[in-house]
Amino acid sequence: MQDSIYKPGLHRFAKLLALCTLFLVIAGGLVTSNDAGLSVPDWPLSYGKLMPKMEGGIFYEHGHRMIATLVGFLTVVLAIWIWRADPRPWMKRLGLVAVLAVIAQGVLGGMTVIYLLPKSVSVSHACLAQLFFSLAVALALFTSESWRRGMAQVEDRGWPSVRMLALSAPICVVGQLALGAAARHKAIGAIYHIGGSAIVTGVILWLVTALLVRYSDHLELRRSALVLLVLTFAQLFLGIAAYMSRLATANAVQPMPVMIAFTVLHVAVGALVLARSVVTAIHVFNAVRVRAEKPARAGYAAVSMNREA
Amino acid sequence: MALPLAHVDDATAATLSGKVTFTGNAPPMPAIDMSANPMCELQHHTPVKSEQVTVNANGTLRNVLVWVKDGLPRARWQAPETPVTLDQNGCVYQPHVLAFMVNQQVEIMNDDPVNHNVHAESVVNAAWNESQPPRAEKKFKRFTEPEVWFPVSCSVHPWMRSYIAVLPHPFFAVTGDDGAFLIKGLAPGTYTLETVHEKYGRKDSKFTVGPKESKVLDFSYAG
Repeated sequence: MQDSIYKPGLHRFAKLLALCTLFLVIAGGLVTSNDAGLSVPDWPLSYGKLMPKMEGGIFYEHGHRMIATLVGFLTVVLAIWIWRADPRPWMKRLGLVAVLAVIAQGVLGGMTVIYLLPKSVSVSHACLAQLFFSLAVALALFTSESWRRGMAQVEDRGWPSVRMLALSAPICVVGQLALGAAARHKAIGAIYHIGGSAIVTGVILWLVTALLVRYSDHLELRRSALVLLVLTFAQLFLGIAAYMSRLATANAVQPMPVMIAFTVLHVAVGALVLARSVVTAIHVFNAVRVRAEKPARAGYAAVSMNREA
Repeated sequence: MALPLAHVDDATAATLSGKVTFTGNAPPMPAIDMSANPMCELQHHTPVKSEQVTVNANGTLRNVLVWVKDGLPRARWQAPETPVTLDQNGCVYQPHVLAFMVNQQVEIMNDDPVNHNVHAESVVNAAWNESQPPRAEKKFKRFTEPEVWFPVSCSVHPWMRSYIAVLPHPFFAVTGDDGAFLIKGLAPGTYTLETVHEKYGRKDSKFTVGPKESKVLDFSYAG
């Protein structure tokens, strides 16, 4: 997998795409929290123009469209750059997937406007946004110097397999984000998202504990686990704050700033948790070799680290 | 099969009147924060309060729809030629509750110097969302099915919300600043009257009127 030549420019550009995508996720969150999703009734133009007067909800909706256009442009440029400069065939395919995803996301965004926020489309739009951000982060990782260098190799040990836990975490986070998006767009009650938080937190804690206990002297895995842990606790706090602020302002005649702030931060940190869980999974699959023989089910086997780098 | 055209016999037609009172302490209505669009804010010298619960000076409740829900003969009632108006003025809807008949024309005006979008969140009738630039020409709309009731909102200014009721007949009223209602031209019979309020919901009441009777029926909502 370390068959690439590190290109600092390409890596910086991929990081720029990831940063802009996070900004786009925040802008999208602001649209929903400000009830501004239908403030511009036409699409792809806005009030028949490229640049309408940025007043009230139009500021959020049209601002979101402008940032989305920028992200679409950056994605196409990055895909072309990868296609031309990166020798890895799977990276070329990943660049193409990013372009297809950003096009699909744009179409879903247009459909939410034209069909007046159908729940299934709005939820799909929210979920694909989070997935696309993780893809952008992964592209930045795969073009990085650290990826080219490779990671110290260790053997999977203990039960359950850390590779299985690492795979479970992003899957659970995606499920939890989907429940959150469905609750936010009033397709389901918030109780499902609240219940899901216990499961996803449990899985992440299990993964983090396994990484910290089994691979305490593996710098990258330890760092990955700790960042995931911090983000998860921040997300739990923001989730509680968003819910409480929503209850406190339920009778308000308009979206209140405290509710908007906590909810949008919850959306943004949710994207970061997913991206970090994906990066952790990639790190684990990169650094932890499949064990050769069946391990004992109880306890963690004390196998010494086998660093190759 | 088309329903027969309804006919009111003036010789026997009864009248129903009454008022909708409010008991308890009126909840304080929050002032709307229009700072998101200074052009809206500039149009008001004092803060505009939410119209969600408007209790009149005489202790009655404003913006309550009162309509005959059941008991009318199966017939087709002709909609008036005169349109009703929904105005966007000062970045609030006027009136807050608008009731009219199926196929009656609704004219929608934007008297503001700002863009609005008008989103009819109807479920039975097809929903729509259209822009209306500053002082643009009036929009004319019709709703072809009865629907009680649904919000009309503006996502540019998320505090803007009014309610529309599309009725199949002319036996309805919306309470104003005296909390009273008057429904004329009912044939003798037994009916169900329903009141609908944005916050306090729906209430039903059965009543019977005889020929030429003037019946008084009051409702009450508790805070």
